[in-house]
Amino acid sequence: MPKELTYLEAIREALFEEMRRDPKVFVLGEDVGEYGGAFGVTQGLFEEFGDARVIDTPISESAIVGISIGASQRGYRPVAEMQFADFISCGFDQIVNQAATLRYRYGGRTSVPIVIRAPSGGNVGGGLYHSQNPEAWFIHRPGLKVVAPSTAYDAKGLLKAAIRDDNPVIYFEHKYLYRRAKGTVPEGDEIVPIGVAATRREGDDITLLTYGAMVAPSLEAADRLSKDGVEVEVIDLRTLSPFDKDAILQSVEKTSRALVVHEDVRTLGIGAELSAVITEERFDSLDAPVMRLTYPDTHQPFSHVLESYNLPDVDKITTALRRLAAY
Amino acid sequence: MPTIKRTKFKLTSEQLLEMFYWLKLIRAFDERLSILVRQGKVRSGVYTGIGQEAIIVGTCFGLRREDYICPLHRDLGSFLMKGVDPKVMMSQMFAKTTGLSQGRDSALHSGVNELGIFGNTSMLGANLPVAAGLALTFKMEKTDNVVVAYFGEGASNVGDFHEALNFAGVQHLPIVFVCENNLYAYSVPVERSMAIDDVADRAESYGFEGVAINGNDVLAVYQSTQGALARARNGHGPTLIECKTYRWHGHSEHDKAFYRTDEELAMWKSRDPIPTFTTFLLARNVLSTEKLKEVEQRVTATIDEAVEFALNAPDPAPEEAVRDLYA
Repeated sequence: MPKELTYLEAIREALFEEMRRDPKVFVLGEDVGEYGGAFGVTQGLFEEFGDARVIDTPISESAIVGISIGASQRGYRPVAEMQFADFISCGFDQIVNQAATLRYRYGGRTSVPIVIRAPSGGNVGGGLYHSQNPEAWFIHRPGLKVVAPSTAYDAKGLLKAAIRDDNPVIYFEHKYLYRRAKGTVPEGDEIVPIGVAATRREGDDITLLTYGAMVAPSLEAADRLSKDGVEVEVIDLRTLSPFDKDAILQSVEKTSRALVVHEDVRTLGIGAELSAVITEERFDSLDAPVMRLTYPDTHQPFSHVLESYNLPDVDKITTALRRLAAY
Repeated sequence: MPTIKRTKFKLTSEQLLEMFYWLKLIRAFDERLSILVRQGKVRSGVYTGIGQEAIIVGTCFGLRREDYICPLHRDLGSFLMKGVDPKVMMSQMFAKTTGLSQGRDSALHSGVNELGIFGNTSMLGANLPVAAGLALTFKMEKTDNVVVAYFGEGASNVGDFHEALNFAGVQHLPIVFVCENNLYAYSVPVERSMAIDDVADRAESYGFEGVAINGNDVLAVYQSTQGALARARNGHGPTLIECKTYRWHGHSEHDKAFYRTDEELAMWKSRDPIPTFTTFLLARNVLSTEKLKEVEQRVTATIDEAVEFALNAPDPAPEEAVRDLYA
């Protein structure tokens, strides 16, 4: 029976179902045990699965990742929680040097089935160290997969896919969406495959590429443009590495214009890569340069006034779309 | 907390001879590698453990196939003792397809899950959280297998050391932490990287026993290891064994090691673990001049065969450079 869940509940449901399905799946991280996680994502897991499979760790992000890698080498599928995506920098070496390279330097004789859940994103008054979107660091590193769901449905289906994937997957869950995004989520094994984008709105005039918390304001902006007679196709990337190149290029062939919207900062964000790929591979289809609307190259300030200045929103996306439509 | 029992773990004459063979083989393997580097036949990535062999032989001797080792960059001998064919290890150093990495990386950056060997990165100490993860799975499975994790005194200053040993202490994991204190972290002497004399003292702050022993005495290393293994197998958690030793060569083969004196090197060469053990075996009639010759011939033949094999093994196909990133 499908049911209405929040994004956060959908993540939790995926954890419950995967842990019931596969005894090799376990959870570790800071405060994930009896406390149920800083955001409550892991609530109830400890009661059902006990301290052997729901492991409270010391404040040791590097060890959390390293332990996950070690367990994965014995056939386990650990799901590690970074309390905030901002803290992932403390486990960076284990992710980019240990996990990402392991299969390569073993000559393909091993794999690293770990998931690192990273609550990311701003618009929650978190300030510099509770608001970051560090996805580009990991997209840049071969050997990792990176996903970022925008709906409750995808939050569940992508986490299940990530847990069953034999590679290290960084799962960016957006904190703003935790309780705000709600939707129908099927019970059981509804997998959202890694590497497949979702077209959230069809349109012939502009392709808007986005993900995470930027999907909802992008759709709203697209509705505004529709009133002007401009139909925007909104593609939710869902997976950032490897991104769904076919879906992106097909849409651009149709629309001839593309805007990338992301909450990550501008320079060398995924927008830069998508722009380069579209330009290299579909230059002849384009009627305008690929444009970007992103967070500016700065930090995530605490003040609501300051943060709002930085965050892409419906108005800013609308302006960017109009500019692109008029190019 | 129970202290390490200095029980005499009995060794038969055959076992003592086997230990002797390993000491000789590992020394000869590294010496040959050193020559091969000078001849330009092996490009780089050679970090010999000449002078430190007693640590590897004393700790690896009698390990189970199921036990896991997490070696450091000088511990090529541990791969051999855990069951990797010398031909494969030589191929690894020659970057051939018959090596563990199949040319992807040099040195000991590859492992063999089936033999219980984890291959670390160049980030020293980064193997320790992985070791904790491996040991965690042994604990989960309630087996009495053990992880033996190696690091240098230099790596004991890395954050991963603290995170891993702390977690291992909290979780009472079946690990033996083996510190190979060779007095230099590349060029920096131990007194300039630590304000205490013994790395072993650090164990106390993690809630388990640490001992400092003569790392050039293979039997002392063996006795201590057997005690620590027994504790770990019986659920008494980790032990840190600090083996005081000295590396005869530079940090790597290109390092002339001008930061230390000839007198210091000569003093440590007088504590060479191999002649000490040879004298012991001869005095006990375990070894005879004939047997010694036999062992030396066997060692030379094994290494000649390995070099021959590696020299003639194929280079990887160029396009292998971009394969095996994802499972």
